[in-house]
Amino acid sequence: MLIKKPADIRSSEITPKTVYQTRREFIRAAGMVTGAAVSVGVLAKGAAVLHAVQPAAHGRKLPNVKPNPTYSNTNGEVKNTWEQITTYNNYYEFGIDKDQPAELARNFKTDGWMVDVSGECAKKGKYSLDDILKGETIEERVYRHRCVEAWSMVIPWDGIPLANFIKRMEPTSKAHFVKFTTANDTKQMPGLRSDVLDWPYVEGLRMDEAMHPLTILVVGLYGEAVPNQDGAPIRLVVPWKYGFKHVKSINKIEFVEKQPLNTWQRQAPNEYGFYANVNPEVDHPRWSQATERRIGEFFKRKTLMFNGYGDQVASMYSKLDLKKNF
Amino acid sequence: MFVASLAPAVYLSWEAYAGQLSADPLSTYRNEIGVWALRFICITLLLTPLRKVTRWNLVSPFRRMMGLFAFFYATLHFVTYVILDRYAGLVDYPGGYFSAATMRKLAASVADDVVKRPYITVGFIAFVLMVPLAITSTTGWIRRMGGKKWALLHRLIYGTAIAAVVHYWWLVKADITRPEIYAAIVAILLAARVWFSVRRSAPRSASGHGRQSVPG
Repeated sequence: MLIKKPADIRSSEITPKTVYQTRREFIRAAGMVTGAAVSVGVLAKGAAVLHAVQPAAHGRKLPNVKPNPTYSNTNGEVKNTWEQITTYNNYYEFGIDKDQPAELARNFKTDGWMVDVSGECAKKGKYSLDDILKGETIEERVYRHRCVEAWSMVIPWDGIPLANFIKRMEPTSKAHFVKFTTANDTKQMPGLRSDVLDWPYVEGLRMDEAMHPLTILVVGLYGEAVPNQDGAPIRLVVPWKYGFKHVKSINKIEFVEKQPLNTWQRQAPNEYGFYANVNPEVDHPRWSQATERRIGEFFKRKTLMFNGYGDQVASMYSKLDLKKNF
Repeated sequence: MFVASLAPAVYLSWEAYAGQLSADPLSTYRNEIGVWALRFICITLLLTPLRKVTRWNLVSPFRRMMGLFAFFYATLHFVTYVILDRYAGLVDYPGGYFSAATMRKLAASVADDVVKRPYITVGFIAFVLMVPLAITSTTGWIRRMGGKKWALLHRLIYGTAIAAVVHYWWLVKADITRPEIYAAIVAILLAARVWFSVRRSAPRSASGHGRQSVPG
């Protein structure tokens, strides 16, 4: 049996009763205050999450969208929902968290949008959306979308082949690359206040990539005008490349002789390259690119070479070391 | 305090279950739980300096509870990673989803990742360092080890705090603001310990006879 040795001096004899009683009350009060503060914080954060994940409201229907089954071969994979595509966005001009663009781009005004075309081409000038879409058929293309962060979606985009627009601009023989720039509207894009990236957002394609029939200028999603958080009013989609190549809210297109320095390559050249072709064999320095999580699924999928578009695009890279040119 | 500390886990679990935690709820769950682990590490580290500054012993009763909650959130974070990132990423499940072969494959997958990815390595170190602290957190263990040895062992929490911040820093893609904030907090809390120990030993060496001081 354990017999406890009594303390020489009882603590009540050292500390005046009123003092330790006050202390105990203080402990209780401090505990409650801290608990309340934590609870309030959690609830506020929760409310913010609930508020932010509201998907884009259904908006303007696009007229005469024609499905293009030739370029919509996703092997019967299920399309991601409107809600998923419009609440899970990497669009740093509207915040770095994926739920932020849905909230912060809600009031983004794109009326009177102009795209400035310049550089090595005959038809320099400013073009409205109507100019760009004039005489074009808007096609629905169901594409796989693979983010460099190893998640993916299947998205029904509506757009026109970039090649059609480029031909109309009559590029010169010196036009080896196309450089795209996202709007740099500090009044409307709160994310620009942070220096997380070197603004404005710049991307580029080699001329043959830009002219490839899979490469499209997107103006719609699910048959409606593309929501603000997905790059309204006009964005690029290059389905065999990681998502960061798909520059959003384009207001500048330049035909250039030299390979442009794209934003993420400038940010971290050891992690992000110019080509950014989806490639399960070349890992990101910090994570594997061999598998991906399709948004809405638990089990990961094997990532496909060129995101499954290899038979259409691989020939463009036959002379390129894809390990070096990641 | 106990209920409040459990609230984030309950709330996030419910949100993830209800499908309201972003379009990729499980990844968001894993990340948020990880941040809570780091928050509880900071709270645990805050209590001793707070006691020394206020000279009230009102914080000690919570220190063990906060430390165990840090371990609880770290464990939850690690388990979510193992299931969500490693298990779900096996692609092939030899002999079924729960077969011994699948489990061996899972263990190998976790080990590979821990060795190969530096930010996973430091995250794993942060977690492993907490295990002996959680085991020896009982009064029985304090008595068995003796206060001095026990206190020395529990300085491993400093290693955990540093490794956890590095883990967070290295996994972020571009915006390091949040890791910077936690790095600053941990730096201040560790600096406070250096300052207290310097202040405690300074008068002793100057006057020759030291003040009575309480180890902490």
